[in-house]
Amino acid sequence: MQTPDTLAGEPGASGAPGSRAEAASTPAVEISHLRKTYGPVVAVDDVSFSVTEGEIFGILGPNGAGKTTTVECAIGLRSPDSGTIRLMGIDPQADKARIHEITGVQLQSGAFPAKLRVGEIIDTYRSFYRHPADAGELAGALGLADKRNSYYRSLSGGQQQRLSVVLALIGAPRIAVLDEMTTGLDPQARRAAWELIEHVRDRGTTVLLVTHFMEEAERLCDRVALIDSGRIVALDTPAGLATRAMGGKTVRFLPSAPFDANLLTSLPEVTAIEHDGHHIVVTGTGELATAVIVALHEAGVEARDVRIDASTLEDAFVRLTGRHLHEAGEGEPS
Amino acid sequence: MTTLELSQLRSQSEPRPPLAAFGNMVLNEARLAWRQPAGMIAGAGIALLLLIIFGEIPAFKQASSSLGGYSTFDVYIPILMGFSIAIIAFLYLPGPLVSYRELGILRRLSTTPVPAYWVLAAQIVVQACLMAVTLALIVTVSIVFFGISAPQNPAAMVLAIALCMAALFAIGLAIAALARTSGAARGLMAAALYPLMFFSGLYYPVQLMPAVIQDISDYTPLYAAVQAIGAAWVGQFPATRSLLVMAGYALVFGFLAKRFFRWE
Repeated sequence: MQTPDTLAGEPGASGAPGSRAEAASTPAVEISHLRKTYGPVVAVDDVSFSVTEGEIFGILGPNGAGKTTTVECAIGLRSPDSGTIRLMGIDPQADKARIHEITGVQLQSGAFPAKLRVGEIIDTYRSFYRHPADAGELAGALGLADKRNSYYRSLSGGQQQRLSVVLALIGAPRIAVLDEMTTGLDPQARRAAWELIEHVRDRGTTVLLVTHFMEEAERLCDRVALIDSGRIVALDTPAGLATRAMGGKTVRFLPSAPFDANLLTSLPEVTAIEHDGHHIVVTGTGELATAVIVALHEAGVEARDVRIDASTLEDAFVRLTGRHLHEAGEGEPS
Repeated sequence: MTTLELSQLRSQSEPRPPLAAFGNMVLNEARLAWRQPAGMIAGAGIALLLLIIFGEIPAFKQASSSLGGYSTFDVYIPILMGFSIAIIAFLYLPGPLVSYRELGILRRLSTTPVPAYWVLAAQIVVQACLMAVTLALIVTVSIVFFGISAPQNPAAMVLAIALCMAALFAIGLAIAALARTSGAARGLMAAALYPLMFFSGLYYPVQLMPAVIQDISDYTPLYAAVQAIGAAWVGQFPATRSLLVMAGYALVFGFLAKRFFRWE
C-alpha cells in the first residue's frame, strides 16, 4: 500500500489538502477481515480497509464484486460472517441506534410511495434526525428546489436518484455511504452531485462511495479500493493506482538536437528512456513533462512534437483484474 | 467528530428519534389514504350505502321472531360495522405494507434512526381513525335517519370494537408477513375476507343458517365482533366467549405476524 505522501505534489483530483490524512486519530471507518457469504457464494472475502475522518473513500469494482455487500455490512444492514467493523469506533451490529444517528445512507434500490410529494418526503426524513442539515440548501444543490410540490411518481429516474442523495445527507451524517450515487444521472447533474459531495466533505463528513464509474472515483476520491471477486486487489490514491498500473507516465518528443541520455536519466522523475525512431520516449512519475522539458531547455535542446500520456484508473483496473469495469453492464445489484 | 463530542454522544442514553417524526409519518399515511381514496370509499362508503339501502326496504324494518324479535335492519347494523372494520383492515393494511417492503421503503427506513415498524404503526393509527369515523357515521345515520335507539352500553361497544380492530389488524399483519408480493397479499386477503364476511352473516343472517354454520361462526372473529357489538347496543355486556375469540385471534395472529414479518 502506498501512502498519500508519495503522491504529494500530484495534481490532486479533488484539490483536497494531502495533510488531511494525518489530521484525525480515530478512523471514521475501520473494517478488518470482513467476510460474508450467501450460501455457497462468497460475496466478500477478507476485506480490510480504514477510512480517515473527512476522507472520500471509493470502493470500485465490477458488478457482483462485493462492493454493495461490503457497505451494507458496514452500516449494519447485513451481519458479517466474520471480521470486525467499526464506524467512529462503534460496532454497527452492537449499537445500531447510534450507527443510524451518525450515518446517512443512499441505497441502490429503493423508492417511495407514488403519491407523496418530494417536500413531504424530505421533511419527514429530516425530522428523523436531531441535528439535521438544511433541506432547502441540499435540494437546491441537487436541482430539486422546484420539485418540492411534485409527486414522487412524477420524478424522472435521475430526479429520484438525486432525491435519494438528498435523503442520505439530510441528517448531516458523520459518515455518508453512497452506493452508485450518480448512476442514471446526466453529466450536468453528476457534476452537481460531485460538487455537493466535496462540499459536504469540506464540512467534515466522511464519504464512503461505491462506484463503478471511473471518472467519479478519479475526480472525487482521496483513496480507492479496487474490489474484484470479493477481495481488495489494490488500495491507493486514484493517481497512485494509475501510476502503478502503467509504471507511470510517458513523455514522447522529437529533440531539436542530439543530447546525452544522462541528462534525463539523472532526473528523479525519470525511470526509463528509449528511442522510437527519431522520437524519444521518457517514462517516469510526478511532473515528468516539466522536468524533462526544463532539463532539455537548460542544455539548449528544444523538445518538439511533445505528447504526454498518463494512465488512468481504468487502465489500472484492466491491468489489475484483467477485465473492463463495464463488461457486465450497468446498474447491478452487486 | 472530536473525542469530546464522541464521549458526549456515548454518555447519552439510547438515542431516540424525535417524536415529531412519528407525527410526520402518520400525516404521510393520511395523505396517501386521502390521495388514493379507493380503500376509504370501499371501507366507509359501501357499508354506509348498504345501511341506507337496507333502511329503505320496508320488509327489513319488521321485527321477526326468528331474529329474536329484532328486524333484519337491526341485525344488519352490527354486521355492517364489522364489515367496514374488516374492509379497511384488509384492504388498507396488507397490500400497502407488502408494497412498502417491495419498494425498499422498510429497508430504507431501517438505515435511519427511526425503526421501520413506525411506518406500520402510523398506518394503523390512520386506519383506526378511518374506522372510528366510519363506525360513528353508521351509528349516527342509524339513529338519526332510521329511528334506532342509541347504543345502551357505549363502553362495552368501544371495547368490542377495539378487540375487533385488534383481531383484524393482527390477521392483516400476518398476511403482510407471509405474502411475498403485494399480489399474493391481495389474494390472501380475499381468501380471508370472504369467508369471514360469510360467517359474520353479511350475506344471510347467521341465526337463520344451519346449526353447524352457527357453531363455526361463533369462533370467527368477525361474527364474534358482530355479536359483541349487537349485545352492547341493546345494553348487555358482550358474551365472554365473543371477547375471548377476538382476543385469541389478536394474540395468535399478532404473534405470527411478529414472528414471520420480513422487513426486506
